[in-house]
Amino acid sequence: MPEVRSPILELKGITKSFGGVEALRGVDFALYPGEIHGLVGENGAGKSTLMKIIAGVHTEFSGRFLIDGQETHFRSARDAHAAGIAMVHQELSVAPDLTVAENVFLGNQPTNRLGLVQWRRMAREAGEQLARFGIDLDPMSRLGDLPIGLQQLIEIARVLFSGARIVILDEPTSALSPPEVERLFATLRRLREEGTSIVFISHFIEDILRVSDTVTVFRNGRKVAETASAATSKGALIEAMIGRGGEALEHSYTDDLLLPQPSDRAVVLKVDQLSLARSLQDVSFEARAGEVLGIYGFMGCGQQELSRILFGKLKPDGGTLAVGGRPRTFASTAAARRAGVALVPESRRDMLFHQEPVYKNVSISILDRISSLLLKPAHERDIAKRQVDQLQIRPPVVGLDLGMLSGGNQQKVALAKWLTYPPKLLVLCEPTRGMDVGAKNDVINIVRDLRARGLAVIVLSTEPETVLSLADRILVLKRGAVVREFKNELVSKDRLLEAA
Amino acid sequence: MASSETVPAAGRRARGLGSFLRSQMRNIAPFLTLIFLSAFFAFASPSFATLDNLGNILTQVSVTGIIAVGLTFVILCAEIDLSIASIANVTGIAVAYFTLQESYVNIANVPLPGAVAILLAILLCALLGLVNALGLTVIGIPSFIMTLAMMQIAAGISALLVRGQIAYKVPDLIATLGSGSIGGIPWIVIVAAVMLLGGHLVLTYTRFGRYVYMVGGNREAAEYSGLNVKLILGAVMVISAVCSGIGGMLGVAHFGSAQQNEFDTYLLDSIAAVVVGGTSLFGGRGGIGNTIVGLFVLGVLNNGLDHVNIDSFLKILIRGLILLAALVINVYAQRLREKAAE
Repeated sequence: MPEVRSPILELKGITKSFGGVEALRGVDFALYPGEIHGLVGENGAGKSTLMKIIAGVHTEFSGRFLIDGQETHFRSARDAHAAGIAMVHQELSVAPDLTVAENVFLGNQPTNRLGLVQWRRMAREAGEQLARFGIDLDPMSRLGDLPIGLQQLIEIARVLFSGARIVILDEPTSALSPPEVERLFATLRRLREEGTSIVFISHFIEDILRVSDTVTVFRNGRKVAETASAATSKGALIEAMIGRGGEALEHSYTDDLLLPQPSDRAVVLKVDQLSLARSLQDVSFEARAGEVLGIYGFMGCGQQELSRILFGKLKPDGGTLAVGGRPRTFASTAAARRAGVALVPESRRDMLFHQEPVYKNVSISILDRISSLLLKPAHERDIAKRQVDQLQIRPPVVGLDLGMLSGGNQQKVALAKWLTYPPKLLVLCEPTRGMDVGAKNDVINIVRDLRARGLAVIVLSTEPETVLSLADRILVLKRGAVVREFKNELVSKDRLLEAA
Repeated sequence: MASSETVPAAGRRARGLGSFLRSQMRNIAPFLTLIFLSAFFAFASPSFATLDNLGNILTQVSVTGIIAVGLTFVILCAEIDLSIASIANVTGIAVAYFTLQESYVNIANVPLPGAVAILLAILLCALLGLVNALGLTVIGIPSFIMTLAMMQIAAGISALLVRGQIAYKVPDLIATLGSGSIGGIPWIVIVAAVMLLGGHLVLTYTRFGRYVYMVGGNREAAEYSGLNVKLILGAVMVISAVCSGIGGMLGVAHFGSAQQNEFDTYLLDSIAAVVVGGTSLFGGRGGIGNTIVGLFVLGVLNNGLDHVNIDSFLKILIRGLILLAALVINVYAQRLREKAAE
């Protein structure tokens, strides 16, 4: 009788929607014992949603969910845990002030009959577990004193050794150095030998190809491909991820695009050898007036830190910054603003006042210029009204609380706030994330208009389309270092992904 | 996911009266409480609802009112100042310390002209406020802990100045403003009214006032707008200390003596006035108008309980319960607003 491998976990026809928008559409997924299963797809393709269903985070969905062939329905993450499913989320969730051993045993410390923690046993067992991972350190040292990569490895170790049969790793390698990645992979392979099933989500396609047995590709909430890792290539996976042909509604930037001749106007920003702990290494570049510089890279590549340094919110460990030819060390965001730098961070919640009316959100950046002591609300409203009309913010009511506006219009308000200023250098993080096509085009046009007015604009994004639609010149950031510059040459989504 | 963000939101305003009332809960609830309490005491005691008694209530809340002006700024920034009563006390003691006392007062006081004494007392409270400000912004100590330490420090300075004794004399100007009256209206009520009005004008009509609301509403966003958040937080701590100091000086004149621990109840009363009035503990919402309503709620409650026949020890418990109820409403109102904004 031939041996038939049966899946440990099987999902059939999973559909999940958020407020009328389908995040997953009829997805089938099977995971076998002793398998490492890679998942790839663009941001918002549905990978994480599916994994959260498996881990019991999302409990409302349609479709069948089988474990060991048994129909199952989790009501919470706790149920999933009891069924032997564990997940390492992208964001670190460790307790930095506790010891390494306490972190390894978080939630199930060994106790004696009186309920007291057995510290010696805990330290010994934690040490043994970490040794299997190739980590040799004192289990009683404080976790927060260790480098981020090591902290992340310890978190992964905790989950891997928690006795789970199914382990989901969401972007586990983004904060790890190459030797740490090697250690992780060696451990994953060993666990595979022991029969553990592992789901591995990553933007780093090389990593997926190296460690996984099977790869599944997601696009727009659908599973578009599932192949053996040995039978595919990076190029083929990228192609499956972004999709060729007329499927995409918007310009998909799959074709080559010629970047223009680089601007030779004045250098507005010069960054030299900037470094920050494990986030940035010797980053150097220039931004010129009348130019949009795109900086592309995966989540965690150091973009966020870079943008914060430019606006004086973070202090770099090394390197220099010059704005308009003058070297600067920004003591605060107020100093950066005075020097002519403006930042729109990726989260609108971080930069707008949701309980305040639109006009106060717009005027905040120029308040010190239009009023020395007393406010001039009528003047503020006039200025805001002009911006609202120009940017076609809907509804065009400057007295409305900002929270009442849609996301796309809020993003326009975020821009309007700096357009009245106006800065010499505008840094935009994910300027079109989560926007519909119309709003995206509006934002693209605003940025082009700013470029025409002679501003230097830097656009940082993890979405290749955003960078491609806006930038005149593109830097690719990978694990904190500039690895490639595209200028005056052909560029496409494939080429960007290939470089990152 | 994209389209869920683009739902046109204009129509949401039209949800009607219910939604409006819910969003205004923090302003309406304290007002209703005030009306209810006033009606209750007016019904329960014939001596409550008289013009004379209104004057009593106003005088009784004046010192709290002066201190609460500065505290409103602090709470609007989503910080707290626990050193207000101690700073009031030490400033009151300081102004007496620099005034010539009667020979039977056994304090090694340093008599100076009245104007100088007042100036030095104001400088002292401003300096203590500056220490609060530096601890909060430069060192990064949470205001709760920083001002807790300052509470002890100010009490310590008071203790060193009076050494368990009681001083009585204060400069003439302070004596007049604290215990005199003009045309039947106590000066202290006028000072409190002027300071409350001034605080309101600053918060509503100046750039600084706008910054206070913005920093309190969303500190992260204020920083991303290039505001000097630390400067604003530092400024409100100094304002709070100076208001407390003025309250302390007039209080000493009002009570007729300067001694250790005489302002202890004002810490709770001032915080209660601001919070009962509906200023959000999470910052960015409320204002002096709310504080005034809160002051009246507290004043009516304290005064009214004296008019009805009630166990004086039970009074303390009742005040605690009212404060708890106000806190519940405060947090609940915040949640309703957040829901309305989503």
